[in-house]
Amino acid sequence: MIAELGHAALWFAAALAALQMVAGFLAVRAGEGSEIARLVRPSAVVQAALASIAFAMLLWLFAITDLSVKLVAANSHSLKPLVFKLSGAWGNHEGSMLLWVTVMSLSGGLIALAEKRLPERTMQATLAAQGLVSLGFYAFLILSSNPFERLPVPAPEGLGLNPLLQDLGLAFHPPTLYMGYVGLSVAFSFAVGALLTRQVTPDFASAMRPWVLGAWVFLTLGIVAGSYWAYYELGWGGYWFWDPVENASLMPWLAATALLHSTSVLASRDALRVWTIMLGVVAFSMSMVGTFLVRSGILTSVHAFAVDPERGSFILVLLGLFIGGALLLFALRASTINEGQRFTATSREGALVFNNVMLSAILAIVLLGTLYPLLTEAFDVRVSVGPPYFNPVSAIFAVPMLVVMAVGPLLRWRQDRLERIRPELALFAALVLVSLIFFGLVTGVAILPLLGLALGIGLGVASFLPLRGRNLKRVPLATWGMIVAHFGIAVALIGMASESAFSKERLAAVEAGQSTQVGPWVVTLSEVMPVAGPNWTAIEGRLSASYDGGEPVMLTPQARRFWAPPQETTESALSTRWNGQLYAVIGDRTPDGRWQLRLWWKPLVTLIWYGGLLVALGGALALVGRVIADFRRRRIARRIVERRAETEAIA
Amino acid sequence: MSWRVWLPLFLFAGFLGLAAYQLTQPKDDFVESGMIGEALPYFDLPPATEGASGAATTDFKDGTPRLLNIWASWCLPCIAEAPQLERLKEAGVPIVGIAIRDRPEDVARFLAQHGNPYTRIARDDLSEVQLAIGSSGVPETFVIDGRGIIRYQHLGDIRESDVPTLLAELEKAR
Repeated sequence: MIAELGHAALWFAAALAALQMVAGFLAVRAGEGSEIARLVRPSAVVQAALASIAFAMLLWLFAITDLSVKLVAANSHSLKPLVFKLSGAWGNHEGSMLLWVTVMSLSGGLIALAEKRLPERTMQATLAAQGLVSLGFYAFLILSSNPFERLPVPAPEGLGLNPLLQDLGLAFHPPTLYMGYVGLSVAFSFAVGALLTRQVTPDFASAMRPWVLGAWVFLTLGIVAGSYWAYYELGWGGYWFWDPVENASLMPWLAATALLHSTSVLASRDALRVWTIMLGVVAFSMSMVGTFLVRSGILTSVHAFAVDPERGSFILVLLGLFIGGALLLFALRASTINEGQRFTATSREGALVFNNVMLSAILAIVLLGTLYPLLTEAFDVRVSVGPPYFNPVSAIFAVPMLVVMAVGPLLRWRQDRLERIRPELALFAALVLVSLIFFGLVTGVAILPLLGLALGIGLGVASFLPLRGRNLKRVPLATWGMIVAHFGIAVALIGMASESAFSKERLAAVEAGQSTQVGPWVVTLSEVMPVAGPNWTAIEGRLSASYDGGEPVMLTPQARRFWAPPQETTESALSTRWNGQLYAVIGDRTPDGRWQLRLWWKPLVTLIWYGGLLVALGGALALVGRVIADFRRRRIARRIVERRAETEAIA
Repeated sequence: MSWRVWLPLFLFAGFLGLAAYQLTQPKDDFVESGMIGEALPYFDLPPATEGASGAATTDFKDGTPRLLNIWASWCLPCIAEAPQLERLKEAGVPIVGIAIRDRPEDVARFLAQHGNPYTRIARDDLSEVQLAIGSSGVPETFVIDGRGIIRYQHLGDIRESDVPTLLAELEKAR
């Protein structure tokens, strides 16, 4: 009954999405004040409620482990802890697509309820586009990935959830990324709506900006969480592998970063109209291309999703329809849209445009590297593209971008002279040069980490320079957001450079009682014990590690074996200090009875994720700042209207 | 400006074409063993349940071709293939089972419920033998000839239509 209720809610929601789309487009054609326009907003709101009901039903099915539902039987297990039963609802293809459409229709409902800034016709075009996108995903869900499908005979027991996914961090990593993807779909709808009515205005940018900011914050958090998860869970000691699925989350982030900045230019300076629209389309297309690449299975990845060529074809058709349609519309309309205000190269806009181009170049590089194997496979050559391509080639564009990032926020809008900010420039250049000389000559660091360290230090200081000579209490929240986010990039950069420049690795086979050394740590294997969890058994190494002769800390890396489904995982053990992390993995037993230990000392590695969190925090500050400013603006507008009414009444 | 606004659409069309082409290409999802044609790696495993006999590499070198069935009591497709294994046994094929990561009482219960087609059932608690012969999942079935050479690999559960193929492969291995 629960499953049927969810299924029915899904069909009704799809019908409302169709209504929203048709009514929206008809209203746009009919022009202002048509009757049918009144249907658009309510259908978006009700659709959001129905999709939420469908998702709640799926959660319920997983909570009670209803094994007559195919999805539950395939992905859950009665013995699993409740939190992982629930996260199992979206830890699979069907459930995650349902989560996607739920979040998407909730966003649509929210715009329909709250967004009043734009001309009504543009709003209807936006909601119509949102209805079209939603309808496509409902069709995908209902026709090829129905999460509520029943089994003819209930299964005796579920097939479990991938043990690697039984991790709190990971339970919330995919939903976070989805929020980001969905936020970009809203930005896409806004872009299409503005193109349809040719109203690419600063108001349009202000309406779109919170969605882009929100999407960007979620994407940042999703990438940071995924990267940290891969780091401690997979036991390889790395945090980024340039795997197609990782790239699939990085590409929308790069596009969203560029979009975010060009939206700001459009909102405050009425410039970059066409470019902002283009990026709005590109950002969403990147999240769809990413979804297509990982779900269709046409690329080989360590992320083994339930791949299915039929579903791949479906997503490809949707992709062609949405993105192809939007690009066609763009090509037809772009020439009728005025470029907007002009500016000189040495201005805030100039710097933002430069970095927009750099971000787009990095995006193109990552996209090319990700798709290259697809291209060569068409000629029967199998290749895999990895760090030796991605790292140096993206650095070519990242280095100038980081320099401009340090300088750009110091410049004024429209027109400025570099001489005006000479002291700041000198400070930045001096910091970079001193770090280059110190790390290059004294410690002998390789070129890429060296540039990373020097630019990270320079940018870290430079990101606070826009505050110089300002009353700190009167700096707007959004500006604080920018400062924190830019500082976060510097922090993450120092972390990455330090990890690659100063990491020490040791692979040793030791008996119980023996010690080995890695960097400043002395690590002693005290004993190896078998341990058991709810659905796994493990051997656990008990290590006592002492930093520089200090008080020893205990580390307990495990090699776990799950039995439903059978799979082995390594649980690394970490000891975090302010200046880095010790990373320990226990491996197999050698024939002579010793245990393989793999140890890394990674100085300042945690800065990578702290930096990422700062970036997200900066985005969140900016978002809150913008939303508060918008509320204030609305209140003032309302008061002016009231005042006018009063004066008229008195008159 | 005029031609440049069409550029994104053309690039995107190129991507669509490439992706559509790749989707229509047949994709090989099976992880085939690289050990076909090689000798069985050395192993000597204890019995998986009381009253059964264990299995070792030496058991395969007596001149009789055998099936080596990688299975487990916790594996649902293994229940599906049980009747087919039974038919192979009735056709006179000796079948050696290796139970992966299993418990003796579960193995006994499985055999009581779904029949016991095996001449020997060994336990492989660490998937050592499974990995050594290049099997990536359960169930999988290998044809081993009388000299202990791996001749054929069947991935997944044995369906009714697979029985003649396996019998033919066993004949070839004779």
